[in-house]
Amino acid sequence: MHSIGDAFGLALSLVLSGDRDLLQIVLLSLRVSLTATAVACLLGLPVGALVAIARFRGRSVVLIVMNALMGLPPVVVGLLVYLQLSRAGPLGFLGLLYTPTAMIVAQTLLITPIVAALSRQVLEDLHTEYAEQFRSLCLSRVQAVQALLWDGRYALLTVGLAGFGRAVAEVGAVIIVGGNIDHLTRVMTTAIALETSKGDLALALALGLILLFIALGVNAAVQSVRLTAARHAHV
Amino acid sequence: MSDVAAFTARAAAAPAQMAPLLPLRVRGLTLLRGATTVLDGLDLDLGRTGCTVVMGANGAGKTLLLKLLHGLIQPTAGQIDWQGQDTAAVTRRQALVFQTPVLLRRSAAGNLDFVLKARGKDRGRTATLLDHVGLAHKAQQPARLLSGGEAQRLALARALAIDPEVLFLDEPTASLDPASVLTIERIVQAARDRGVRIVFVTHDTGQARRLADDVVFLHGGRVAEHAAAADFFPAPRHPAARNYIDGKIVI
Repeated sequence: MHSIGDAFGLALSLVLSGDRDLLQIVLLSLRVSLTATAVACLLGLPVGALVAIARFRGRSVVLIVMNALMGLPPVVVGLLVYLQLSRAGPLGFLGLLYTPTAMIVAQTLLITPIVAALSRQVLEDLHTEYAEQFRSLCLSRVQAVQALLWDGRYALLTVGLAGFGRAVAEVGAVIIVGGNIDHLTRVMTTAIALETSKGDLALALALGLILLFIALGVNAAVQSVRLTAARHAHV
Repeated sequence: MSDVAAFTARAAAAPAQMAPLLPLRVRGLTLLRGATTVLDGLDLDLGRTGCTVVMGANGAGKTLLLKLLHGLIQPTAGQIDWQGQDTAAVTRRQALVFQTPVLLRRSAAGNLDFVLKARGKDRGRTATLLDHVGLAHKAQQPARLLSGGEAQRLALARALAIDPEVLFLDEPTASLDPASVLTIERIVQAARDRGVRIVFVTHDTGQARRLADDVVFLHGGRVAEHAAAADFFPAPRHPAARNYIDGKIVI
């Protein structure tokens, strides 16, 4: 077992040397989480927009459920997806369990409520400002939603980045449905958990450092988007 | 043909194909806001052409009257008869310029492009419209960075983009400098001259004198006086209107 200092040194050398296993794990993490984020945005943004502008009976209940789903425990999502995709489950015939696709499905389910609930809040605020003008211009609901999505694009990008941050950092769901299989479904978070339990802190720390850099990158991107929006008076 | 001339010709020709909205007949218009009666059985008739200036103290119901006529809110009671036309169709043939313009988070040209596209109009008119309101040089500037006067002119261009038959303006020059006020008045007068029916709310009696063909004075939730401008300004008949025009503060 290495000391913490040794582990940091080894971690840095692994990162700097471009270790192939490490690179594979990082790339798979990014592929899974970026795909899940894209799908979650495709599903969550229209839902958020519709709930933002629609007034219907039971809307407050929908809002409560949407907000509650933001706090879904990843292991519960993983378990639900596992039950669906396992050989005995209704979708077992697809043979997706322990594949990156299963991990994408789990992460998508995990972050779609986040994207929907946060985008609903963003777009509802915007709609409050625009609603009377839109009614005066006789815009259809579809035209109103399109305008809201476009005008809220910078804030919505932040929402997407928040979803990505949640996806790339979670471990509970992907370890259940992915199985942490080397060279197939091993991602950064599952590898960190495994290497830590084995006592190999170097690889775990290397992955942890990369994860931290990604988190920093995401935050920098969010900040950059906000500054761009302010510069173009889109705030 | 110049751009502005083309714009004028198009705007004047557009409404001719549909059944007329005017004259307008309003009877017994009542609007309650909670326990407060804002409009109390208001009667009003508006002719086919010209510029009607609506005046009255704060809280007289001027803005709400415009929104009711435009179909943005529904009355508690009473009738608004645009020659028997359906409310939704009526709103589509009108435009309202709000006191505080709500502009989309895109360029000045982008704001007009959006409305022209949404309403199935020729998007090639964006440059002409911007030129018409003196904003051609601001086409690519973010709309929300425009000055107050420029933003209101852009809102006016957006309203004119849909070729309205009736144009409502709710204190569009409040808190603007004299040059901006004059520019907006000229645009409004040009619209009136090509046949757009104007209903203009203002507190500025000087502006009302410059623009009005007739004046509607609201008081107590009703039309206290409705007269030709030439008759109204020299000798308002209603005491509240007289005090208002004379600048007397009555509490």
